[in-house]
Amino acid sequence: MTIRVQDPGLETTVQDTGRLGYYSIGFPPSGALDSFAYHVGNALVGNEPGAAALEAVYLGPTLEFTQDTVIAVTGADIPAFVDGEEIPLWESVAVSAGSVLSFGQLRAGARPYVAVAGGIDVPLYYGSRSTYTLVGIGGFQGRALRAGDELAIGSDARDPKAGRRLNPSDVPVHPSTAEVHLLVGLHSYRLTEDSLARFTDTEWKVTPDANRVGYRFRGAELEFVPREQPFGAGSDPANVTDCGYPVGSVQVPGGVEPIVLLQDAVTGGGYATLGTVVSVDRDRLAQTKTGDKTRFVPVDLDGALEVRRDRHAALDRIRSALS
Amino acid sequence: MTATDTDTETRYDFGGDEFVYVELSPAMSLPVHFTSLAITRRLAEEAIPGVEEIAPSNASYMVRVDPDRLHPRDLVRELQRIEGEVGSLSDDLTIASRIIDVPIMLNDPWTHEVLMKFRDRHQDPTGTDLDYGARINGYSSTEDFIDALAASPYLVTMMGFVPGLPWCFQLVPRERQVEVPKYVRPRTETPERAFGFGGAFAVIYPVKGAGGYQLFGSAPAPIFDGEQRLPDFAENDSVVFFKHGDVINYRRVDQAEYDDVRAQVDAGTWRYSYKDLEFSPSRFLADPDGTNAAMKEVLYG
Repeated sequence: MTIRVQDPGLETTVQDTGRLGYYSIGFPPSGALDSFAYHVGNALVGNEPGAAALEAVYLGPTLEFTQDTVIAVTGADIPAFVDGEEIPLWESVAVSAGSVLSFGQLRAGARPYVAVAGGIDVPLYYGSRSTYTLVGIGGFQGRALRAGDELAIGSDARDPKAGRRLNPSDVPVHPSTAEVHLLVGLHSYRLTEDSLARFTDTEWKVTPDANRVGYRFRGAELEFVPREQPFGAGSDPANVTDCGYPVGSVQVPGGVEPIVLLQDAVTGGGYATLGTVVSVDRDRLAQTKTGDKTRFVPVDLDGALEVRRDRHAALDRIRSALS
Repeated sequence: MTATDTDTETRYDFGGDEFVYVELSPAMSLPVHFTSLAITRRLAEEAIPGVEEIAPSNASYMVRVDPDRLHPRDLVRELQRIEGEVGSLSDDLTIASRIIDVPIMLNDPWTHEVLMKFRDRHQDPTGTDLDYGARINGYSSTEDFIDALAASPYLVTMMGFVPGLPWCFQLVPRERQVEVPKYVRPRTETPERAFGFGGAFAVIYPVKGAGGYQLFGSAPAPIFDGEQRLPDFAENDSVVFFKHGDVINYRRVDQAEYDDVRAQVDAGTWRYSYKDLEFSPSRFLADPDGTNAAMKEVLYG
């Protein structure tokens, strides 16, 4: 049983929950950028929670299934078709041998996910099936899919069944201005008070430079507090002595173009960071596209942990409802 | 050992809901780095449930925590306790290290071609990165500066950015250390295996890509091997070669030797030359040049 890639879309990769445990030698976690869409997809088709799925961006792939199976499309709001007939999103659907899944034009969001009963079977690389294209490892031959690729289906199916449906009230909406929670800190003291306030007051626009490594934004100019630079940092006011970057951290090289690091993050470097986006809110960033707006809502540690707990509780509730 | 001009209050902070960031000092120094190493080593030994990953770095470290098992505030209390406990033990610290011979061609044609394309992003658009580094570090000639870069070994004080990249801090007293800024705006292009310098750190870029460090040279041998083709990677079952705590001796090579190493890499026969050693920070700090000479003796015989 395989999936034949007729058209890969813009950049479609195999992703799972990520490659954890190697940050200290420079491996970012990788894994699905929108973890909610990824996890719900697996729950809908009846997979084990860590089964690998496909993540596309902007343009969906065209995929042919060589055997009867069950699939679910989640994530971005995008018309999906099986043999030309539109199928519901956030719902498991039976497909027959020879059927072709294709996509129309994106309505909202940025990244559709395709979960397949059994999961995508590619070799585990450092404990994960996730693709990390920056150095060309993991996933399908370390790269985005190409036309003609044949993907094997794995054995992570627990209870494949068509007709499972996510409660409509649980389907995420993708507003044109996304709001994400930000825990201010790390090197935030390097920015002037005015600039920090400006950061959370500004509606930031996603630039074309937005990918799995990170998103760059434009919208305001931020200033650093003048200081004599500490030894080892380098003389630019945005420089700090090179240190680890949390996934989700926000850096502002040059003061004009904040970068939020995502699942393929560079794991460290020497630019001042002003805070970190709460982990579960990275899902929302993953569903924004070039030109969309983002607002960073400040939150303290307790608030960040609450946002996390709420999301995890919702996912647990959804999983048990679908099982 | 005590930190001298870098003796400051340790700063604990939260990187969102999943990371705790600990900055021992805003400035780099070996005593601060070794303290960070002693703390992260003890933390690893204690295997506290909820501590998922420990990433030691130059003058700071980072811990990924599972907040569902360990509240980040409780983790900070544990880290403060450990910092208090290891402070007095640092003199006994030793690092299981290797001294490694790493061929490097400085002022090479490949990085030169790239750096000339990005003069508009550089502090000094009229010269080269090496000329600029020599001038701001007070060297009378670029050749003297190149000599200083390769004169003494470096300690790997951090790994990351992308898999396998070593941040290397030269094992010389502060007054002999080189320091340069990163590019005003990062380049969109850096050749694979480029030897760069930023702040007080030398790096080798494992793969091609963006980068903001000054470009000084090129290493002929790979430091990342995703398919573990070369024996150094296959035998260690790792896709990266360097490890935190390694001592690297950058040895200048000419184009002929560079090409020879490249040919060995292509043939799949290339091996780094290295020797295991116990690195004692307190011994090094007491006698930097003597320790360096002894380490080179171990490596080259």
